[in-house]
Amino acid sequence: MSKVNVTRRPSEIIGNTVIIDTGCANLSSVRYAFERLMTDIERESLFVSDDVEMIKNAERIILPGVGTAAAAMASLKNRGLVNVIQALKQPVLGVCLGMQMLTRSSKERGGKSEDCPCLNIIATDIKQLDSQGLPLPHMGWNQITPSSHPIFAGISAGSYVYFVHSYRAPLSDFTIATSQHGETFSAAIAKDNFIGLQFHPEKSSDVGAAMLQNFLYMNKDTFAQSSTKSLASNNPLNEAKL
Amino acid sequence: MLAKRIVPCLDVKEGKVVKGVQFRNHEIVGDIVPLAKRYAEEGADELVFYDITASAHDRVIDKSWISRVAEQIDIPFCVAGGIRTIEQAREKLAFGADKISINSPALTDPSLIARLQDEFGRQCIVIGIDSYYDAVTESYKVKQFTGDEAATKDTQWFTQDWVAEVQKQGCGEIVLNVMNQDGVRQGYDIKQLSMIRAICDVPLIASGGAGTMEHFRHVFAEANVDAALAASVFHKGIIDIQDLKRYLKSNNIAVRV
Repeated sequence: MSKVNVTRRPSEIIGNTVIIDTGCANLSSVRYAFERLMTDIERESLFVSDDVEMIKNAERIILPGVGTAAAAMASLKNRGLVNVIQALKQPVLGVCLGMQMLTRSSKERGGKSEDCPCLNIIATDIKQLDSQGLPLPHMGWNQITPSSHPIFAGISAGSYVYFVHSYRAPLSDFTIATSQHGETFSAAIAKDNFIGLQFHPEKSSDVGAAMLQNFLYMNKDTFAQSSTKSLASNNPLNEAKL
Repeated sequence: MLAKRIVPCLDVKEGKVVKGVQFRNHEIVGDIVPLAKRYAEEGADELVFYDITASAHDRVIDKSWISRVAEQIDIPFCVAGGIRTIEQAREKLAFGADKISINSPALTDPSLIARLQDEFGRQCIVIGIDSYYDAVTESYKVKQFTGDEAATKDTQWFTQDWVAEVQKQGCGEIVLNVMNQDGVRQGYDIKQLSMIRAICDVPLIASGGAGTMEHFRHVFAEANVDAALAASVFHKGIIDIQDLKRYLKSNNIAVRV
């Protein structure tokens, strides 16, 4: 196995970590993955919640997602969370559909005639993956080329992570990791304090655990100075000229 | 490039992992959670838990172990056995299963597949197919209720037709279990799997017959399946997963090492 160092850091994890309860089924996997990285005391600061004040005051926030973009957005609207999420300044980690919801819109219409409007935080749009004849959904372990974004600290190029999806964000200035299944697409995107991972770090063994640990050591100050411009320098397209 | 997956299958019966030969004479091989954790640490890419009694005995698997597995392991896993309704599927997913697998109930009511994929998305809907070679008609056919020998019955489905139908209904993945080969470790049925691969646009998992590391190489290289499922060679320690992956990699099969 590719060995990734997920040894606990010497310092403790500070502040509340809140997983937004979107009402979709499979939040427990994400919660368990964070719990595995925490001490008993730290677990007392991990919450699954749709409470507006708790989310606003968290040190860091996870936006999980299972299902369709339309169902997940409807759920956020019902809970009055759309404006709340858009205004967050602390680190926010969107996972899979949670990543896709950070964008402007998704072509995954779920039976509707219009594209599904999303949170409009990262200016890119979700479309079906062009697998160029390879099986869809893109399901299984694939390699990523990560940038120097802090979520990927300690992660080497070619690391395998677990994907399950049919839609994707295209390559753009917001891309912070790439992968290939037919076409090359964004395995991760970011803007300021918002980070989105298309794959499932909670199901990606040591590699995914290392990313989740990187996230747990981010806090309200991590992205306070950053801007879209500085994040663009994390873009592997800029670095590697792929 | 997408890695070929190695998938240990843990047949579950009354809360223990069991293995029988050609679906008979089940013997206990161990507890669920420690075995699952061991396989994850050794480099398994995914796990399948299949309650082999559930469909045949008209009862649903006890689900408390699903959350215990989800708490402990950090790779995807699929739960199969006795899922006949949307609510039964929702429950397994809520407990932390990444996928659910349907076999006999889909044969009874194929529209169940479409309803499940409408509700949860096709990526978590796996269809298990028990296929056997019928020497009389010289064709591959599908069996139902294989968890219990007394309840097992032939269906009218030719395997190719059923593979087409479950894709039409919206499944996300197919596990093709070749019954003539199961448990006897004589190799995967490359001929049948190649034929099904040609008509299967969703990920295809080969099951039944793995005995040596070479069998895995053959099924990936010749039948081009996405994953290979096996049980006894892993449970009995005949093949070590890390050794297997190193062997496959040295033979130019893309695996997560």
